[in-house]
Amino acid sequence: MSAGLSLRDVTVAYGDVDVLHAASLDVAPGETVGLVGESGSGKSTLALAALRALPPGGVVRRGRITLGGDDLRAMDAASLRALWRHRVRFVPQDPLPSMNPALPVGVQVAEALDPLQPRRADVREIDAMLDAVGLPDPERVRRRYPFELSGGQQQRVLIAMALLGRPDLLVMDEPTTNLDVTTEAAILELVRERVRGGTTAVLYVSHSLGVVAALCDRVEVLYAGYGVERAPVDDLYHRPVHPYTVGLLDAVPDLARGKGHAPLRPIPGRLPDPGETDGGCVFAPRCPVAEPTCRTTSPPLAAVAPGHDVACLRADAIRAGDVSPRQPAPDVPDGPTSPHGTSLHAEGLTATFAARARLVDRLRGRARPRLQALRGVNLHVPAGRTLGLVGESGSGKSTFARAAVGLETPDAGTVTLDRTPLPARLRDRPRDLLARLQMVFQSSDEALHPLRTVGATLRRPLRRLAGVPPADLDAAVADLLASVALTPDYAERTPPELSGGERQRVAIARAFASDPEVLLLDESVSGLDVSVQASVLNLLDDLQRARGASYLFIGHDLAVVAHLADEVAVLYLGAVAEAGPTDALLAPPFHPYTEALLASVPRPDPDATPARPPLEGDLPSPQDVPAGCPFATRCPRVLGPVCHDERPPERWSDDGLHRIRCHIPRADLAAEQADLDLREAP
Amino acid sequence: MTSPRAAGATFVGGGARSPRRRGALGVLRSLYDRPASAIGTSGVLVFLALAAVGPLVTPYGPTEQVLLDRAQAPSAAHWFGTDRLGRDVFSRVVAGARDILLLAGGGTALAVLLGTATGLWTSARGGWIEEVTFRLYDALLALPALLLALLLLGTVGPSRSSVLLVIAVAYTPIVARVVRSVVLSVKAREWVAAARLQGESPRWILLREILPSVLPALAVESALRFSYAIFLVASLGFLGVGVQPPSPDWGLMVAEARDYVYLTPWSLAFPAAAISGLVVSVNLAADGLGRALRSGA
Amino acid sequence: MIAFLLRRTAFLALTVLLASMLVFAVTNLLPGDPARILLGREAGPAALAEVRAELGLDRPVPVRYATWLAGAVRGDWGDSFATGDPIGGLLAERLGNSLRLAGVTLVFAVPLAVLLGVVAAVQAGRWPDAVVSLSSLAVVGLPEFVTGIVLIQVFAFGLGWFPANASIPPGTPFLEALPSLVLPAATATLVMLAYVARLTRASVLEELRRPYLRTALLKGVPRRTVLRRHALRNALLPTITVVAISVGWLISGLIVVENVFNYPGLGRLLTFAIDRRDLPLLQAVTLVAVVVFALANLVADVLYAWLDPRIRLA
Repeated sequence: MSAGLSLRDVTVAYGDVDVLHAASLDVAPGETVGLVGESGSGKSTLALAALRALPPGGVVRRGRITLGGDDLRAMDAASLRALWRHRVRFVPQDPLPSMNPALPVGVQVAEALDPLQPRRADVREIDAMLDAVGLPDPERVRRRYPFELSGGQQQRVLIAMALLGRPDLLVMDEPTTNLDVTTEAAILELVRERVRGGTTAVLYVSHSLGVVAALCDRVEVLYAGYGVERAPVDDLYHRPVHPYTVGLLDAVPDLARGKGHAPLRPIPGRLPDPGETDGGCVFAPRCPVAEPTCRTTSPPLAAVAPGHDVACLRADAIRAGDVSPRQPAPDVPDGPTSPHGTSLHAEGLTATFAARARLVDRLRGRARPRLQALRGVNLHVPAGRTLGLVGESGSGKSTFARAAVGLETPDAGTVTLDRTPLPARLRDRPRDLLARLQMVFQSSDEALHPLRTVGATLRRPLRRLAGVPPADLDAAVADLLASVALTPDYAERTPPELSGGERQRVAIARAFASDPEVLLLDESVSGLDVSVQASVLNLLDDLQRARGASYLFIGHDLAVVAHLADEVAVLYLGAVAEAGPTDALLAPPFHPYTEALLASVPRPDPDATPARPPLEGDLPSPQDVPAGCPFATRCPRVLGPVCHDERPPERWSDDGLHRIRCHIPRADLAAEQADLDLREAP
Repeated sequence: MTSPRAAGATFVGGGARSPRRRGALGVLRSLYDRPASAIGTSGVLVFLALAAVGPLVTPYGPTEQVLLDRAQAPSAAHWFGTDRLGRDVFSRVVAGARDILLLAGGGTALAVLLGTATGLWTSARGGWIEEVTFRLYDALLALPALLLALLLLGTVGPSRSSVLLVIAVAYTPIVARVVRSVVLSVKAREWVAAARLQGESPRWILLREILPSVLPALAVESALRFSYAIFLVASLGFLGVGVQPPSPDWGLMVAEARDYVYLTPWSLAFPAAAISGLVVSVNLAADGLGRALRSGA
Repeated sequence: MIAFLLRRTAFLALTVLLASMLVFAVTNLLPGDPARILLGREAGPAALAEVRAELGLDRPVPVRYATWLAGAVRGDWGDSFATGDPIGGLLAERLGNSLRLAGVTLVFAVPLAVLLGVVAAVQAGRWPDAVVSLSSLAVVGLPEFVTGIVLIQVFAFGLGWFPANASIPPGTPFLEALPSLVLPAATATLVMLAYVARLTRASVLEELRRPYLRTALLKGVPRRTVLRRHALRNALLPTITVVAISVGWLISGLIVVENVFNYPGLGRLLTFAIDRRDLPLLQAVTLVAVVVFALANLVADVLYAWLDPRIRLA
C-alpha cells in the first residue's frame, strides 16, 4: 500500500457520460505532481474525485482511490468528514466565491483548525500561518471580510487555510489562473517555499505548462478524460513521447522564441465531445503518426523509461526516432505583400471615467471619484506590422483600444490613421473610416450575437462597410469563412453550436469583412486553450501577410504578445512604462516594471528558474494614482523621494526606437540587469 | 482573398452539440416536457378555447334568467347549477372566461407594450430621460397594485375600459424595469460594440441587437403579470369597483353568491374554482416557459 | 453604510414625494368634480362655485397641492365629504387597526414562510419540498376573498370558534380584539405564506450552490453547521427584501380581507371612500398606505445594510 494518494483505474461519469476513463495516478508524500490538460481533459474532475468531493451528479463508477492505504470510496459520512478535517485540503481556482462573503476572514481560517468552534481556535497559530503565507499584520487581516482583500491576498488566505490542517494531501486546482502575472509569480513562490517538501503530497492542477514546469516533480498529462503520458518533469519537457504532449509543447509560445522565430505548430481538429470516443486511441484523429490500428485499439499506459509511462502504440517508434510526433510545420508564405501599409498614431490620449452619476447623488452634490484610465498615452502602430500592448488588469490597455476605435470618448489626445485625424466620437466617423479601422474583441461567448447565424453576422459588414452587392453576398461570406479556415456550411450555424476557437475565427472574419487597414485585437486569444490559441495566432499572422493590415495586439501574456508583435509597449496604470522593438524589449535595459513582468512569466522549461524575487504589494487604485512615477510604490529599484514625487523622464535609446520612462539612467539599468536577457541565443 | 494556410488546415465541421429548438412551436413543445408545465399549458389552452367558442357551447345566455329554475343544484340541464336568480352558472362562468381573459390579457398586453417601449428606448438612450422615466415608475410602484387600481377607479368610476387601463398603468413600470435590467446587461456585450463599429444606427442596435435578447425574460414576465392581472380583475370585481353587475365577472359572481352561500354554494364554488384554475395554470405555464427559454438559449 | 442609508432614505423620500404628487394629480386632474359630487346633479352653477371656493378648488393646482401636502405633514387632512368629520382622527384609528392586523399576520407568516422555504430548499427534490411547493402553488391561485369566505363558513358558521364579523368597536383592547383578528389574519397569512416561502426556497437553493460551501465542507465542518453558519445567513439576506416586497402584497391583500370580514381598517375605509366618492378621504388613505410601504422598505434596507458586511463597511 502506498503512503500517499493512489488512484487506480478510476472512471467518473456525469449522468450517462464518462468524463474520466480508467485514470491512474500516484502522489507520494512530499512529492508535487502536476496534472496538465486543456479544458475538457477531466483534470478538475480527477482532482475532486481524489478528495471525494465531486459536484452533485458526478459519480465514481469504477476504480480504487486510496490515501495512506485507506479506501476513500468505502468511507461513510463520518469518516469522510474526518478525512476532510484532518488529512486533505483543497485550494480552488476562484478565491473570492470560495469564501463566505459575510464572515470575517479570521473565523474562516480558524475553521481549518477547529471546524466546530472556530472562535476558540488558537489565534497565535493562525497569525503565525497568515504571516508565513505573506500576509503581514495578521490581526488586521483576520478582521477583514473577503471582499476587502485583493485577489492575491484572498488566494494567500485560502492557502493558509489549507496549510493549517497539515494535510497528507493538498489538491490545488488552478490557484493562479485568474491572477495577474506578477501576483501569480508571488503565489507560485509561496507554493514553492511553503507548500512543497515536507510530508504533504501535492496534486497541482493546471492548464499551463509553464506553471507546472516551475513547480512539480512529476507531470501527468490528460487528454479528453484519458491519461496519455506521465513522466518526471525533466523527461516530460525534454524528452516527450506522446504526440499530444509534443503538440502541446510546440503550441505554447515561449518568451525566448520571439517574432520571426519558429512558428507555432497547432494541433489540427478538435477535442472529441465526452462519450464520442469509439474504442480507438482518443487522440488518433488529430495525431500525425496514427496508423490504422490506432483507430481500433485503445493503448494502455506503458513504461518507456523508469517513471515514464506513455499511452501510445507508436511510442517505441517515436523513441527510436523512426517517426516524428511533431505536427507538420505550417508553411510560412514569403515576405509581406502589403497592399495597405497604414499606421495608427495616438498622441497624448487621456481618459478618465466617472461611475454613472445618479440623480440622487447629484442632488446631494457629491462628485463621483474619477478613475484615471489613460494618462497621456503616446503609441504608434507601425504600417503593416504589429504593436503588442501588455499590461496587467487595470493598466488601461482595453481602454486604449476602445478609445482608439471610438467606443469610448477620450478627454484629450488625438488618434490619426496615417494622416487622417479620427473624430473622437464614433458617430462622427464616416462609414469609410469605420471600414478602415476594426476591432476583434476578447474571445468569449459575448463576441457574436447568440441568436444570429454566422452568415447573417458576416453579411452585415460586407454589405454596409465593404459595399458588396446583395447578389454576391453568399459568395463573399464563403470567401471570408475560407480565409479563416472554416467551411462554407458554417454560415448556417449559430454561435452556441461552435467551439471557442471557431467562434473566435468568425469574430476575426467579421472584423476582416471590410478589409480594414488597422485591426485592434483586444485579448483576442486569451480565452482559448493553447492548441487552439496557436492556430488562431498563426491565422492572424497569415492574414496580416496576405492583407497587409497593421495590428494592435493587446494581451496580458507577455510570451504570446512577444510572439506576434514586431514592437511592444508596456502599460502601467494608464501610462507607457517602456516601448520599443520586441528584441530590444527582451534585453536590458528594462524598465523595472518590465523587468519584473519578464521575470514573472512562467516558462515551459523546468530549467528556467525565476531570476527575480516577485513584486510586492498590489496595483494602486486608478482612483489615486501616485504623483511621481506610478510604479514607485512597488518598484524594487526605487531611488528615493524623487521617484515618489517627480514624474520620470522618457529616456530614449541612441537609435531613437526604444524608450523607458524611469528616473534611473539607461546605462545604470543595463548594468544592473545584465543577467536577464531573453533574446534567443544566436 | 484566401489565406495561404487555409486550404490545408480547414477545420473539420460537425459540432456534436444538440441543436436548439427554434421558434414558438419549439417552445410550446418543450412546455410539454414536464408534467407540471404540461398541465399548466393545457389549462391555459382550455380556458382560451372556452373563451373563444364560449357562446357556442353554453346552453343559456350569461344574463338569461330562467325563473322556474332558480337555485337549482348541478344537474344534466344545468351542469354547474343555477343561482338564486335562475341564471345558469356554467354559462356565466364560460362567458366570464372571455371577459376576464380579455380584460386581464388586454391590460397585460398594453402594459407589456408600453413597458417594453419605454424601458427599451429610455435605458438604451440613458441620461435624464431615463432618470425621469424610472423615477416616475418608482413613484407608481410605491403604490401596491390594488391600491393604485382603487385610487384610479375611485376617481374615474368603474368601467370595463378603466379596468383595462388600470392594469396597464399598474404593470407598465414592472415590465419596464425587467426590460431595463436586461438592456443594461446586453448593452455592454461585445456584439453590440461590434455593431456600433459597423456603423449601425441606434435604432437598428436597439431593435435587432438588443430586443431579441430581451424577449425570453419578457415572455416569462408577461406570463407572470398575466396571472397577477387575473387576480386583480377578480379582486376588483369582488370589491364592486371593477366590472359591474349583471356582467358575469368571476369576482363579482363570488361576491353576489356570498350572501346566499348556504342556498347555492355551487354558484360561489365554480367561479372561485375557475379563478384558481386559471391562475395556477398560468403560473405553471410561466414556470415552464422560463425553464424552456433558459435551456434553449 | 451611513452613505448607503442616506442615499436610500433620500431615494425613498423622493419616491414618496413623487407618489404624493401622483395621488393628488389623479384625484384632481381626472374627470370628476368634487363640488358636483358633494352637491349632486341638480346643483346650480352659483352653488357649485361657492362650494368650489370653500374647498379652495378655484386656486391653481400647484398651490392646492402644496396646501394639501403641508396639511398632511401636520396631520391635518381636511374634512371628509361623506361624513363631514375631520379625516385625521378617523385615519389614526383605522391605521391602528390595520397595523394590528398586519402585525399579527407578519408575526405568523414571515417566520413560518421562511422556515417552510428553507426546509423545501434543503430537502429539494424530496417529499417535504414537494409538499411545500405544491401546497404553496395551490394557495397562490386562491384569491383572499375565496379563502376568507371558506374560512368563515368552516370556522365561524360551521364550528363557531371565531366570529365571522370582525367589526370591532373603536378602543377595543388588543387581547379582546384578538379572536376577531384570527380569521382575517389567517386569510392574509395564507397568501403571503405562499409567496414568501416560494421566494425563500429559490434564494436558499441559489446559495446552496455557492463554492464557499464546498470550502467549508472540505475543512471538515459538519453539513448541518455549514448550513447554519454559512448558507442560511447569506440566503436569508435576500429574504429581507422579499418580506419588504411582500408588505406591498399584504397591503393589497388586507384591502380585500378587511372587506370580506368587515374589519374597520384602512382597506375598509378605502372602499368606503370610493363608494361615497369621498376624494379627500381617498387621497389621505392612499398616501398613508404609500408612506407605510416606504417605511417598510426603509426598515428592510437598514436591516440589510446592517447584516451585509459588503454594505456595512463600504
